[in-house]
Amino acid sequence: MSGMNPKSANVGIVIVSHSPLVAEGAADMVRQMVGDCVPLAWSGGNAEGGLGTHAAGILAAIERAWSDAGVAVFVDLGGAETNSEMAVEMLGEPRSGRVIICNAPLVEGAVMAAAEASGGAALARVVATAEELSP
Amino acid sequence: MSEVPANAALIGGLIEACREVIAVNADHLSELDRAIGDGDHGTNMCRGLEAVYAERSRLAELPLPKALEETGLTLVMSVGGAAGPLYGTLLIEIGRHLAGANGQIAFARALEHAIDAVARRGRASAGDKTLLDVLYPVHAEVVRRAGLAGIAEQAERAASLTFGMKAMRGRAAFLGDRSVGHVDPGAKSCALLTAAICRFLEEQCPA
Repeated sequence: MSGMNPKSANVGIVIVSHSPLVAEGAADMVRQMVGDCVPLAWSGGNAEGGLGTHAAGILAAIERAWSDAGVAVFVDLGGAETNSEMAVEMLGEPRSGRVIICNAPLVEGAVMAAAEASGGAALARVVATAEELSP
Repeated sequence: MSEVPANAALIGGLIEACREVIAVNADHLSELDRAIGDGDHGTNMCRGLEAVYAERSRLAELPLPKALEETGLTLVMSVGGAAGPLYGTLLIEIGRHLAGANGQIAFARALEHAIDAVARRGRASAGDKTLLDVLYPVHAEVVRRAGLAGIAEQAERAASLTFGMKAMRGRAAFLGDRSVGHVDPGAKSCALLTAAICRFLEEQCPA
């Protein structure tokens, strides 16, 4: 999917949850807000489809939502963050430098970030908007 | 690490020993994890070791440092949960730092560097009730050349000491004081793996 993304001018959004249902549901909410104008992908569950997270799935989601403007990643609990960090490293430089894992609530953060991204904001602005939600 | 037994037999044997000890103890690890976490540590570790086992012939053909690095990557891709990146980082970093070096001092340094990388990855320190509470004492034993039996014993003792610790990282930290009174599953799997590796090496290269 990457490289042939017509909306890649805008920052991409990736949602990572231990639950495929949560990840997909949060992505649905983002889609409802911004339609197709923001690259969006999610990864939920472990490699067998149960609750959990896995680096390979997250890496694939980052690829699907790839934008040269960068990608903001939203995670739920500890393992989602650790595995996302691993996935970003595996992406390799220089692209890894254009992915930021946000310290923000999953649903609210992703929706607000996507709204910001849909207006063409830069990655730092998109991330800052979402992170304002975290005290 | 010496050249005896031959590299391929050493790597293959280590993989089998690790896979076996995790398979035998998977239920116990998940049980520990159910008490203070999400209950999947045993199945996650099993999945990872099975993935490594499936690749054992390819891995056994590699020089030891490269085999460790590739094993780490396989664990990252297969274990899931925080344990995948943590064990993956440990092996990847040991491998990278052993490349071009050899001997027990080089191993101790590589291990120290790798443990620091695990601590950064998990944003954890000693006493946080994680696998680090086994890794640090194991490193100390390696540094003072305690011998394989001594290292294994210390690993088991260190894991059991997490019983009294309050979790500061991971899902168990949500429980606060209620995490006290349970052995940390990550510390336990780390001790089991350490002991299995020591036992295997002792059988292969008697002192």
